[in-house]
Amino acid sequence: MLIKRAEAIKPSEITDKTLYLKRREFIHSTVGMFAAASLLFTVRSRAAKTGDGNRRSLDYVKKREYSSDEPQTPYPYVSGYNNFYEFATDKESPARLAASLTVAPWSVVVEGEVARPGTYTLEDILKNRQLEERIYRLRCVERWSMVIPWIGFSLADLIKRFEPTSRARYVEFTTLYRPAEMPGQRRSVLSWPYVEGLRMDEAMHPLTILATGLYGEVLPNQNGAPLRLVVPWKYGFKSIKSIVKIRFSEHQPRTTWNRAAPREYGFYANVNPDVDHPRWSQRRERRLGEFFKRKTLMFNGYAEEVAHLYKGMDLRKYF
Amino acid sequence: MIEPVFSVTRFRMIKIMLWLVCLLPAVFLAWDFFHDGLGANPLEALTRRLGEWALRFLLLTLSMTPLRKMLQQVWPIRLRRMLGLYTFFYATLHLLCYLWFDQFFAWREIAEDITKRPFITAGMAGWLLMVPLAVTSSRKMIRRLGRHWKTLHQMIYIISILVVSHYFLLVKADIQAPLVYALFLMVILGYRLYKRVVYMHQRLKNRYCNAATGG
Repeated sequence: MLIKRAEAIKPSEITDKTLYLKRREFIHSTVGMFAAASLLFTVRSRAAKTGDGNRRSLDYVKKREYSSDEPQTPYPYVSGYNNFYEFATDKESPARLAASLTVAPWSVVVEGEVARPGTYTLEDILKNRQLEERIYRLRCVERWSMVIPWIGFSLADLIKRFEPTSRARYVEFTTLYRPAEMPGQRRSVLSWPYVEGLRMDEAMHPLTILATGLYGEVLPNQNGAPLRLVVPWKYGFKSIKSIVKIRFSEHQPRTTWNRAAPREYGFYANVNPDVDHPRWSQRRERRLGEFFKRKTLMFNGYAEEVAHLYKGMDLRKYF
Repeated sequence: MIEPVFSVTRFRMIKIMLWLVCLLPAVFLAWDFFHDGLGANPLEALTRRLGEWALRFLLLTLSMTPLRKMLQQVWPIRLRRMLGLYTFFYATLHLLCYLWFDQFFAWREIAEDITKRPFITAGMAGWLLMVPLAVTSSRKMIRRLGRHWKTLHQMIYIISILVVSHYFLLVKADIQAPLVYALFLMVILGYRLYKRVVYMHQRLKNRYCNAATGG
């Protein structure tokens, strides 16, 4: 199989480190024109208070060929600004509310068009698996983005183990449904449990991973512990969190956001600056920590690796 | 005739206090902004919170008339203009945040937003309609406009509906917060409607009675 990879990022494209480190000052001073008086206060940074109680490191190897060289979004942002509607619909509460989620023991049900269905424990899934660091861009459909050093493994390697049949054309993932621990599920904001899906070739793509950690440590609960999907060329909502079921099927799964608002969220949800969300343009995004917005890249900058998957498809129709 | 409960100097003091209190949200927001208190996406948080404050002040402004009738006191009406102007103040900051931090004054894209996205259309229309109200809020303008002033300022009802719609149309799935504001608006507008109906009924009855007695 031919795997296309992007060329290395040119040094000229990378923001100078000293400039990058001053980015917050820049934001502050620019906006400061508005409220000059407030500049009298000293600017000091405060780390977000998140559930950092049980941070544990992981063993992993760095996978440079798949990783971005861009500056990484600081840990407090990655673990303190989360869309996890199972806990709450704002971005700050999941970090607090997810702290008490029970993530061990954990198992994943595998069913549908596979030769080896069954219930697999997390230990079983992770046995003899070499974890890798993949530094990926994450682009949310809401127009903000991060760069996250995930720790995980190729989804394709896991799928091969289940031996999908020739009828397996799609993979459907389901998030844990446990209203006792996930207060957001007590309100019917979305139809629980959360379901996402991929076409088989998307699931088997080498960029697609299941993550168990970030920043060298075990995944914080609010980021989808203990096992989440990461598909870097799609909008963030495709990267389903806290997975308890993987189902292989012949038919395209009905995914949660697509059911909630079919005009706004398609099954594919590939990052595409030319296809607007009905309520906002997707041309630009704000990388967290930056003042100016940057241009959104086709397939979130992974076009060379994944564009061939969608050859001949009308991406306006299959958005 | 209802006697004012406060002396003139005391009322002036109350007004100054209220003016300062109304400024507090802006002060706290500025403090949070410059002390990393607005989270990972501070510009988005700033825009959203200013919008929320504008909506709260709008509803507060609209509550003054029902409050006067319920308390049988005139002071709520004498605070109404300041609350209305603060609504305009927060709405303007909210709009500026969108124009600057969201669009960086890219007028073509702003125009596209206004024409293509109903929530932007509603929000922009709401702000534009507020401008003449703010401009004609001075004592001089009230006198100059005479009876037209009241008609003009009844536009606040349309504005309030536009603004709540703006909020409703922008949320992704969780409509709880806009719903709370919408219900509050329905109550304070419903109160006026109820009073109006009672008044009309009374007038019709009086007319009928007067006619019957030949008066």
